[in-house]
Amino acid sequence: MSNIENLKSFDPFADTGDAETQPTNYIHIRIQQRNGRKTLTTVQGVPDEYDLKKVVKVLKKDFACNGNIVKDEELGQVIQLQGDQRLKVVEFLVSQLGLKKKNIKVHGF
Amino acid sequence: MSSAELGFDPSLKKKKKSKSTSSATASSAPAPAGAEADLFAGLKKKKKKSKDTTGEKDHKDSVDDVTATFETLRLKKKKKKSRHHDVDDFEKQLAKAGITTEEEAAANANLQANFIPYDKLLSRFFTILKEKNPELAGGQQTKLKIPPPEVQRDGNKKTMFANVQTIATVLQRTPEHLIQYLFAELGTSGSIDGEKRLIIRGRFQGKNIEGVLRRYIQDYVICKTCKSMNTELKRENANRLHFIVCKACGSTKSVASIKTGYQAHVGVNRRKKV
Repeated sequence: MSNIENLKSFDPFADTGDAETQPTNYIHIRIQQRNGRKTLTTVQGVPDEYDLKKVVKVLKKDFACNGNIVKDEELGQVIQLQGDQRLKVVEFLVSQLGLKKKNIKVHGF
Repeated sequence: MSSAELGFDPSLKKKKKSKSTSSATASSAPAPAGAEADLFAGLKKKKKKSKDTTGEKDHKDSVDDVTATFETLRLKKKKKKSRHHDVDDFEKQLAKAGITTEEEAAANANLQANFIPYDKLLSRFFTILKEKNPELAGGQQTKLKIPPPEVQRDGNKKTMFANVQTIATVLQRTPEHLIQYLFAELGTSGSIDGEKRLIIRGRFQGKNIEGVLRRYIQDYVICKTCKSMNTELKRENANRLHFIVCKACGSTKSVASIKTGYQAHVGVNRRKKV
């Protein structure tokens, strides 16, 4: 009887822990209109393992814009950048931080 | 009979071959078991028949070889005898086939007279299918025509989106859902005026709205399984999830609810809140 045990070694219905089934934490990049033709880019949901302060520092320098971190009660820390930096931010997140493009969602027009 | 019918193809080349082979079989049919080699040669020429016949032919050859070397062995002989029976059956069948080939040749000749090429039949089938069942014959023709959004400037800081209602009805969505999505994506707010036009706060151009609309269609209208736009959005009361129900293929898929996400406080609001 004991050697039947080895049949249990693989359970096809067990949770494999695939990212497909779990709710993926998307990074949302949004744009907001300000007065005139000015805009604001918000980056929400950057993983905690990255030091946001340093990220913002680099982003500001790279995109030649101002930016800061806003702490939101529900959504955690959100990066704010001046101007429409959506495409540049996506490029930065993918190439520099090594995030997957499918986890990044760009909103806005 | 049935096997012979199965073997014959009403195409030209094969017919010719079958004719020649039928004559060959006719000559070999009266001959006793000794003529089996000729018979099988004819078979081989004829065509690739069903698997078992060719396999048997191979067997036959091997058995012949064996019998040539060990003629005295009874076992083999017995086997050979049984083979002979099979062969007799085959001859009968082939004789029948010989008759039937002539009949079929006549039938084929008839067919030849009013022969319709495959291309014509195929095109005919598709034209009929398009008439009767356009959904099945390539979805490209049945693509929904979505009117381009009519976007106008309303004053200095507002944008008017005139045909939200018609677009929503074309997409089979409630206008509220579409408007909610638009506001969430554009990060603004707005209202509906007396003529059911949407007034959006902020300056937007037609192409901007079009892009958002396109994404809305991708996320909330198109069926992921069959790419059809003929879908319905249903809300399940039990789990409060929204489902796309495809009317073309019947599949359902859950969709995420519209979330506004983070909204920065801009302008005068900013100082008030903080």
